[in-house]
Amino acid sequence: MSVRRKAAAAAKPKPLQIYAPVFAALGDEIRLKLIAALCVGGAMSITQLTSGTDISRQAITKHLGVLAAAGLVRDVKVGRERLWEFEPTQLDEARRTLELIGQQWDHALAKLKFAVESNPA
Amino acid sequence: MNTSTDRIERKILIKASRGRVWRAVSDAEELGDWFGVNFKGKTFEAGKHIQGKITYPGYEHLTMDVLIERIVPEQLLSWRWHPAAIDPKVDYSQEPTTLVVFELQEVDGGTMLTLVESGLDKIPLARRADVFRMNSSGWDQQMENIKKHVGKT
Repeated sequence: MSVRRKAAAAAKPKPLQIYAPVFAALGDEIRLKLIAALCVGGAMSITQLTSGTDISRQAITKHLGVLAAAGLVRDVKVGRERLWEFEPTQLDEARRTLELIGQQWDHALAKLKFAVESNPA
Repeated sequence: MNTSTDRIERKILIKASRGRVWRAVSDAEELGDWFGVNFKGKTFEAGKHIQGKITYPGYEHLTMDVLIERIVPEQLLSWRWHPAAIDPKVDYSQEPTTLVVFELQEVDGGTMLTLVESGLDKIPLARRADVFRMNSSGWDQQMENIKKHVGKT
């Protein structure tokens, strides 16, 4: 994270919990597989997504609904067919968790520096 | 996956001798003081687990558990743990761990401490949600703490 972005983040903290639905939506094996398939295969129909699996169309439709509600996929109409595609913006946001772990370390190391330098003997 | 998402690296210059910084990192009790975990009466030993209660306000119900991997006196300390293991009802033991490495180097004006946490790509995305939960409460306060500490030194 650049210094400027860090300063901006400090000045105006974002409500981080708004990303929780993204992770909740991904916390399911079938939905993770759907995302993986859509990442590789581009826009796909429900028929394509169910082929080679023993998961029903109904179940897939339900899972796609959860992913769509979290903003991870969206449906597009192509002719008479309804296709589903991956929507990457939310995952990019999720990647910010990494920065947060880094911030926790910044905090711990600042405390270490302070502890040692105020008691150098 | 892109390796830039797999690791976190931080460097910090501490105005103190390497021996002093080593003590703050390798003495379990002293590490506990600045890290926010109670390791009173405990020691780090390579290959051994060490557990202690978190002392950070709001997280006192949690236990930190690390497996010490390597100790090279005055140079390196490393451990494995489950990052953001914040739900006491969840058994994290089967999940992949990340590796945390502290390295010390003598430099002009003090000691350079390098911290690397790696293996984050293996942590399931669903689990990363916990990191959010952990940070969404109290992070503003943490930022304030950093500013205060840095301002004093």
